[in-house]
Amino acid sequence: MEEYFPKSLNKILVEIWGLYNFSVRYFREVLKPPYEVKELLRQFFQIGNKSFGLVSITGFIIGFVLALQAIPTLEPFGATSLIPAMISIGIVREIGPVITGLICAGKIGSGIGAELGSMKVTEQIDAMEVSACNPFKFLAVTRVTAAALMIPLLIIYADTIAMLGGYLALNIIGDVSLTLFFSQIFDTLTYEDVIPATIKTFFFGFTIGIVGCYKGFNASRGTESVGIAANTSVVISSLMVIVWDMIAVQITNIIF
Amino acid sequence: METNGIVINIKNLKKSFGSAEVLKDINLQLGLGETLVTLGKSGSGKSVMLKCIVGLIKPDSGTVEVLGRNISELSYEELQYKRKKIGFVFQSGALYDSMSVRQNLEFPLIRNSKLNSDEIDNRVEEVLNDVGLIDAIDKMPSELSGGMRKRIGVARTIILNPEIMLWDEPTTGLDPETTREISHLIVRMQEKYKVSSIVVTHDMICARIVSDRIAVLKDGSYIKTGTYSELEKTEDEFVRSFFEEV
Repeated sequence: MEEYFPKSLNKILVEIWGLYNFSVRYFREVLKPPYEVKELLRQFFQIGNKSFGLVSITGFIIGFVLALQAIPTLEPFGATSLIPAMISIGIVREIGPVITGLICAGKIGSGIGAELGSMKVTEQIDAMEVSACNPFKFLAVTRVTAAALMIPLLIIYADTIAMLGGYLALNIIGDVSLTLFFSQIFDTLTYEDVIPATIKTFFFGFTIGIVGCYKGFNASRGTESVGIAANTSVVISSLMVIVWDMIAVQITNIIF
Repeated sequence: METNGIVINIKNLKKSFGSAEVLKDINLQLGLGETLVTLGKSGSGKSVMLKCIVGLIKPDSGTVEVLGRNISELSYEELQYKRKKIGFVFQSGALYDSMSVRQNLEFPLIRNSKLNSDEIDNRVEEVLNDVGLIDAIDKMPSELSGGMRKRIGVARTIILNPEIMLWDEPTTGLDPETTREISHLIVRMQEKYKVSSIVVTHDMICARIVSDRIAVLKDGSYIKTGTYSELEKTEDEFVRSFFEEV
């Protein structure tokens, strides 16, 4: 293959092929017993609980800023009453999933890449392998599954907090009741907004988990490679979040 | 399944990484109950050979037969089954640093045996007594010294009762006193568990204490084999250089 492509393109193709094979192995092993339930629950805690604070603050600020920015724009047209609708559609369909996805790619993706990269460098993954335990099942399957299931929950939670942030911003300037604010939101949002936006978050979560595990498992020897694994995990999974989002928008537009 | 008392039989093993030819033509046999020391300078391919035996590295050519089966021809499940009979002690100990000593030792046992929790506890305590570190049972790897980490690594390996032990530089980075302790531990494990062992090292204190036979590796091939006292008398300059370090 090296003869036909420039070196940099060849490297990218090798990475894509490696990532594809890693994903195929995940689907082959995820349903096959034995199941690492204890480690899976530990990863749910690691990924969910430990990202809770960051996602809360980010979500709140997104909603708060979005509402504050919308007021001066809509006020001259007398359309400030549309702000709850605007915030809810913007957050649920696009801003909430993408921003939270990127935050998770940074926090969770780098964490997985660095942890597994460090285990690879210190031969802990090899030690699992030679003691007849399956490190892929114990380390990768649990982390990818936890990321694929927890990140959508974190995103739904971030969306809710963002709307509360928006409500607070509106109340600083005017006086809107919580009931009115949320009744406007629920009047505006449809299943066509919520379902595609939620489905794409599973892809975000899966991608963040699989890229982090792949880079960690394939870290080369030396401490420098731990940093590289963490860094490239964030770069690739962030890029993939954007790419998945673009694909999801296209598919949503075709279907709905 | 042994073949004529030979538990490991390596024939014409070759392995390269890029343009670097690490193993050129390795031929080696390990007898049942034997402790074979492989001597060689750093970077001579000793660890690569051990990793080929346990299937962590795939050879470019040649065969590695372990207990009568060619490792390269095994499926992943067959290889995992075979690995239960091979213990590998890593140079660094390779302890799982997010788990306590107890969890490190339980890890392979839970996944490879049908013991209940009481039996697992008893087995963990037994092997920790074997390596003299029962007091460290609830410590984390970060709280252990280099020598202790290696001994826990040994305990985690013998817990599955392997038939073959592969020791990758078991005394590297240790002071002479701890080197002797670890070397005597290898002998004790050999006597208690009746394992066949390959010990990769360039440490002559360790080689003298543990070896039944020594094979000297140079530039990817074995150049000399014999007992410690036979090699001590050799005229070969490269082999002599190891003994002069003692």
